[in-house]
Amino acid sequence: MSKSKLHVATTINGDSVEFLCEPQQTLLDVLRDELHLTGSKEGCASGDCGACSVTFDGRLVCACLVLAVESNGHKVETIEGMADGENLHPLQEKFLEHSALQCGICTPGILVAAKALLDIDPDPTETRVRYWLAGNLCRCTGYDKIVRAVLDAAAEMRAN
Amino acid sequence: MATSTKSVSESNDYKWVGTSQVRPDGVDKVTGRASFGADLYAPNMLVGKILRSPHPHARIVSMDISKAEALSGVKAVVNKDDICDLPSEMVPAGEMMVNYRDITRNVMAREKALYEGHAVAAVAAISESIARKALSLIDVEYEVFPHVIDVVDAMKPDAPLLHEDLITAGVEPAPEKPSNIAKRMEFSQGDCQAGFAAADVIVEREFTTKPVHQGYIEPHACLANVAEDGKAELWCTTQGHFIARGHCAKLLGMDISKLRVTASEIGGGFGGKTVVYLEPVALALSRKAGQPVKMVMTREEVFRASGPTSGAHMRIKMGATKDGRITAADALLHYQAGAFPGSPVQLGCMCAFAPYDLENVRTVGYDVVVNRPKVAAYRAPGAPIAEYAAECVVDELAKKIGIDPLEMRLQNAAKEGTQTVYGPKFGPVGLVETLEAAREHPHYRAPLGKNQGRGIASGFWFNIGGESCATLNLSEDGTAHLVVGTPDIGGSRASLCQMAAEELGIDLDKVHPIIGDTASLGYTFLTGGSRATFATGMAVVEAARDVIDKMRERVAKTWDIPVDAVVWEQGFARPASSNAGAFEPMSIAEIAAMANKTGGPLVGNAAINAQGAGPSFGTHIVDVEVDTETGQVKILRYTAIQDAGKAVHPSFVEGQMQGGAVQGIGWALNEEYVYGEDGKLQNAGFLDYRIPVCSDVPMIDTVIVEVPNPTHPYGVRGVGETPIIPPMAAITSAIEQAIGIRFNELPMSPPKVLAAIEASNSAVADAAE
Repeated sequence: MSKSKLHVATTINGDSVEFLCEPQQTLLDVLRDELHLTGSKEGCASGDCGACSVTFDGRLVCACLVLAVESNGHKVETIEGMADGENLHPLQEKFLEHSALQCGICTPGILVAAKALLDIDPDPTETRVRYWLAGNLCRCTGYDKIVRAVLDAAAEMRAN
Repeated sequence: MATSTKSVSESNDYKWVGTSQVRPDGVDKVTGRASFGADLYAPNMLVGKILRSPHPHARIVSMDISKAEALSGVKAVVNKDDICDLPSEMVPAGEMMVNYRDITRNVMAREKALYEGHAVAAVAAISESIARKALSLIDVEYEVFPHVIDVVDAMKPDAPLLHEDLITAGVEPAPEKPSNIAKRMEFSQGDCQAGFAAADVIVEREFTTKPVHQGYIEPHACLANVAEDGKAELWCTTQGHFIARGHCAKLLGMDISKLRVTASEIGGGFGGKTVVYLEPVALALSRKAGQPVKMVMTREEVFRASGPTSGAHMRIKMGATKDGRITAADALLHYQAGAFPGSPVQLGCMCAFAPYDLENVRTVGYDVVVNRPKVAAYRAPGAPIAEYAAECVVDELAKKIGIDPLEMRLQNAAKEGTQTVYGPKFGPVGLVETLEAAREHPHYRAPLGKNQGRGIASGFWFNIGGESCATLNLSEDGTAHLVVGTPDIGGSRASLCQMAAEELGIDLDKVHPIIGDTASLGYTFLTGGSRATFATGMAVVEAARDVIDKMRERVAKTWDIPVDAVVWEQGFARPASSNAGAFEPMSIAEIAAMANKTGGPLVGNAAINAQGAGPSFGTHIVDVEVDTETGQVKILRYTAIQDAGKAVHPSFVEGQMQGGAVQGIGWALNEEYVYGEDGKLQNAGFLDYRIPVCSDVPMIDTVIVEVPNPTHPYGVRGVGETPIIPPMAAITSAIEQAIGIRFNELPMSPPKVLAAIEASNSAVADAAE
């Protein structure tokens, strides 16, 4: 293993960020362990649970499947960038209103994934929401209230 | 697709109880702020990793840690010599009991490694990559023994022995030879022989279920910090930080009060976080290294080394008269305990037939050790397995007799006064009400198409009370901090604050909850047994009434009238009547502001051992469609009905019902531990251990029935566990209606369903030739 660390310059939630990382470190490792952006969670480290969902140049990815060095020169958005100052994103508001979380560990990833859906489809069907979120595991809710919250947020965003 | 609540009690005029408010910790959890087990970082922190046995059954002949210790960046290496050996001592863990002799051996193998993934040593190093390298430098010499994975095989006389000194308990006279059967138990009432003799129809079936994992999305994680003087701090994801404290102190040989444990936010538990795995090891590493040590399991480690629930082999026999009265019920249950004794088979014996008012019952259970990870509690531990089998037989009995399975259940339903096989008679319970709600639900009469079927099943769970403390600290402005000791796993902060606000008569946003650490609050049992809103709720109500009484005393002193002449109404102290005097009512804010002049700080306390938990019954209706070309079973429609006693926060009660139903769907259709001939787990990841995903399920409709629990001030029953019980039997019944094939094993995964369809088709073809 090389002892030298690699220099990476990236943009996270709109801010220019530079860091040093080992070549094998994932974007999730760096977000959490180096930058302490712990809103992205590690549930599996194999791309199966979606708890580390972030967007990479606008595209939904699992941060555990992206190497940190790959983010050089790219734009990453995490859950920490979703609220606008004191104003929660409508999805965040609707998740609270619908009690769409129990333990809350999957919530950041699901919110990031849902926002990525509404960015490309402001009026998704229930089926589209369910298939889009099929990569985000939730063990607490049975998904019912999550799907309702996403549909309600979409409706509200269309109305405004 | 609407959700409804049916209350059998008079409607209560509450402001907060019975309403679904935004949870106080909600914003933290939708913004990524909330700190879970792996989210804490300490200065000078090391990374801890565990070395695990590659063998399912092996004696540890020798271990050489010197090369790992010598690696640059390694600060500590520990093994069994750093954890106390403990004698046999049973202690409660949720609804189950655990033995310290076994906990210490499960946390770190001593004489033998008893399952693939069993911890044998651990290291702490300055980075994860160095820690992993150090693990590879530990030399362990194993003497590999034959292993046994299946419960039936493990009971055979020539089976490989896990524990050479394990003599079956509960058998008279005690066997002379050791075996893998840890315990036999029996519950009975009436005369089963006479009951079966009186039956017109008897159904007897054998059932097999596979171990399933709780599947919490957050892996086990902790951060331990032991100082040079032995004082220690532990941050961990746990359902009970007081339990974790007790276990860790015992395993490390330290005074309990020298260890302060803080519960992180918890990313799911379902019973699986009621025991310790990493925590004592992290403390041992930190003690040796003199630095903080953080440990986080990988998902693979969660599957291989933390506890699923039991797989089982069962035989159920039930008889009924032709008009539908059940005359006898007999169950024989064999549950896998994993590597150490202590499966939930006793709870299975107690629950199996609990939904029915029966004269003649016998349940016999065997607790059997196998070379698998030690089972842990999983949502109504033991009940879903036994009740699945019993409910399948009830369904088959009804169909044989020609009665609607729902009517058969109504005819035999347990109700107030029903004698249970395990001892007590039921108080007011709501099974009949859930069955009636099912019968009235439009779902029960909706038309079905080709290859579609409908099933129903009921479920019972005891629920528990237990030790809980609560403190209400009134601030100078009349707002309050509510300190409780049950980690919030699904919204309990909201339900507890709503009860506090209701009692105090103030707005909900004036009550701010925290989960106190083990040094800031009295001993509180864990979040489990569906007890948080019930038992901690009782403590919160008592703490609120305590501070209200103190405020009444202060006001009585100020007004110079007897305290009995001051009443508390809607957030104000008022004169009890005009006879008491004409005083302007005083608000909490006013009373708090003058506290320093009337006697000092205003604090409400409660330290209780809550008794009188009310059992919760549920009934589920499910529609399925079977794809006869692939064997896939699709859930078309689902309705969960349950007695909540009183739903303090209806939306979170619905959430428990929906989440439990979907976990049960996973148990019924996909989830199982798959082992190879080599005794190693083959599907230790979420790709191959497939829990339900969003596109697998429809909306889960709910009906909350409210039959109040008379021992709780608001009528609360626990609700969290019951909903995982009915799905497996309901789905079995629905599949039978859809394709005419009745399964007696779980999971009913596509390959098994397809094989059964093909076997059935070829049998039909053979018959036609």
